[in-house]
Amino acid sequence: MSDNVIEVREVQKRYGTFTAVDGISFDVKRGELFGLLGPNGAGKTSTIRMIYGFSPLSGGSLRVFGHDITTGWRDVRARLGVCHQEDSLDEEMSVRDNLEIFAGFFGIPRAVARDRANKLLDFFSLENKEKASVRELSGGMMRRLAIARALINEPDLLILDEPTTGLDPQTRHQLWEKLADLKRQGVTIILTTHYMEEAAQLCDRLIIVDHGKILVEGRPRDLVAQFAGNQIIESQGIPRMGTLEDVFLKLTGRELRE
Amino acid sequence: MSTDNHLTWRLLRVWRRDWLVTRKSWLIGFMTPLLEPILYITSLGFGFRILIPEIQYEGHTLTYVVFMAPAIIATNIMYTAFMENSFSSFVRMYYQKTYDAIRATPLSVDEIIAGEIMWGATKSLMAATIMVTVLSLFGLVRYPTGLGLLPLAFLGGLLFGAIGMLFTAFVKSIDMFNLPIFLLITPMYLFSGTFFPLENLPGWAQGMAWALPLTHLVSLARNLCLGTVSWMNVLVSGGYLLAATVLLVPLALRLMRRRLIK
Repeated sequence: MSDNVIEVREVQKRYGTFTAVDGISFDVKRGELFGLLGPNGAGKTSTIRMIYGFSPLSGGSLRVFGHDITTGWRDVRARLGVCHQEDSLDEEMSVRDNLEIFAGFFGIPRAVARDRANKLLDFFSLENKEKASVRELSGGMMRRLAIARALINEPDLLILDEPTTGLDPQTRHQLWEKLADLKRQGVTIILTTHYMEEAAQLCDRLIIVDHGKILVEGRPRDLVAQFAGNQIIESQGIPRMGTLEDVFLKLTGRELRE
Repeated sequence: MSTDNHLTWRLLRVWRRDWLVTRKSWLIGFMTPLLEPILYITSLGFGFRILIPEIQYEGHTLTYVVFMAPAIIATNIMYTAFMENSFSSFVRMYYQKTYDAIRATPLSVDEIIAGEIMWGATKSLMAATIMVTVLSLFGLVRYPTGLGLLPLAFLGGLLFGAIGMLFTAFVKSIDMFNLPIFLLITPMYLFSGTFFPLENLPGWAQGMAWALPLTHLVSLARNLCLGTVSWMNVLVSGGYLLAATVLLVPLALRLMRRRLIK
């Protein structure tokens, strides 16, 4: 088996006459933290949804863990965790129940589920909140719980769709540390984000997509060097180092998206 | 998508989720079927006692309470499952994004929806069990035929849950459920031989009433309660309910697949 956890080949996604994903190809290697960047409506979420078999492909082929997603989706989903952009927690249930009930969907025995819930509550510093209902949690805690829930089946691949959107800087930095921890444990992670700083810090490799196509692929540092140079001059005349944000704006343009 | 067109017993995992979540608020779920029959019996029983001393039903002379009591169970079976798979399922699908979350696990859309419908039927069964117990205390249920009300509750629950889910597959907003309630559920509640014998209706209206699923549910529930159930009754009304369930559950799955898989 190859070292690629995800193999995307000429994948397309059409909704009626609108093409959201227009023939993209990329690989994600085992143990990698891979970033999927792009403006709103670029096709990030559509791509992610095809990776875990939520949306059917309109064209091309997609393999995860060596399984064709169209036929092997059950095996694939058993080994991955997804944290959605929108919170989908059971609001009236407790933090612990959210984890243990979700374990049920994977057919994880109750004793094992309880054990894993303990570990995850600890890992995400939620142990004092285990009996609290989701309604009582702050935004940051909810997001931590959502990621904890995505890890209940001890996945080899973690998919995060804008995991830090709407979080304060403290919570965001704390989450980055957790993601780095997970990566050290050998979990392959694919994430979408609008924060270039986040992508630059976390990602081993990333792609920037727009209008359903890949504009560029590479390591953050290489992309900065290639597209933003080592020093650029801002219009105010103050020199500073080029960043991934400069690369992003250069490639996707500055006009606002709908 | 061919991949989501899979139905296995994994659907019980969805059923289990609904059970665990509902258990949290068991008291509310328990109170309704407990109090509803008592309210009906005292209100209609005492209120109509003088107005309607007795009632003729399929050759039997019955007091109004004895006539009406089984219909309370039947209408509750309908309401419980319909509400669960319309309003409640819509909340889970649309507001709580529960289905989206489950679709990241090894479960197909068919399994999610079938699990939900089975849960709705289970709720009908649980409510009916409580109601049958209460009505038995009033001496309104004959045994052993009365035990047949329990499988009937589950079958009726599957059918009316599927009907609820059919609308969930279409509505744009939660308010739109008022339409099927106003146009379908309430007329059935009133015209399915619930509060008066169908024989009182003109012939054409009787024919229309027998086309409605609740009429068959009421008919079976009443005859099981009274101990007057016949094989013909089981064959016709049971057959109707079974056929409609076998038809509408797969249709609900198909329409929900169309709504959810994008």
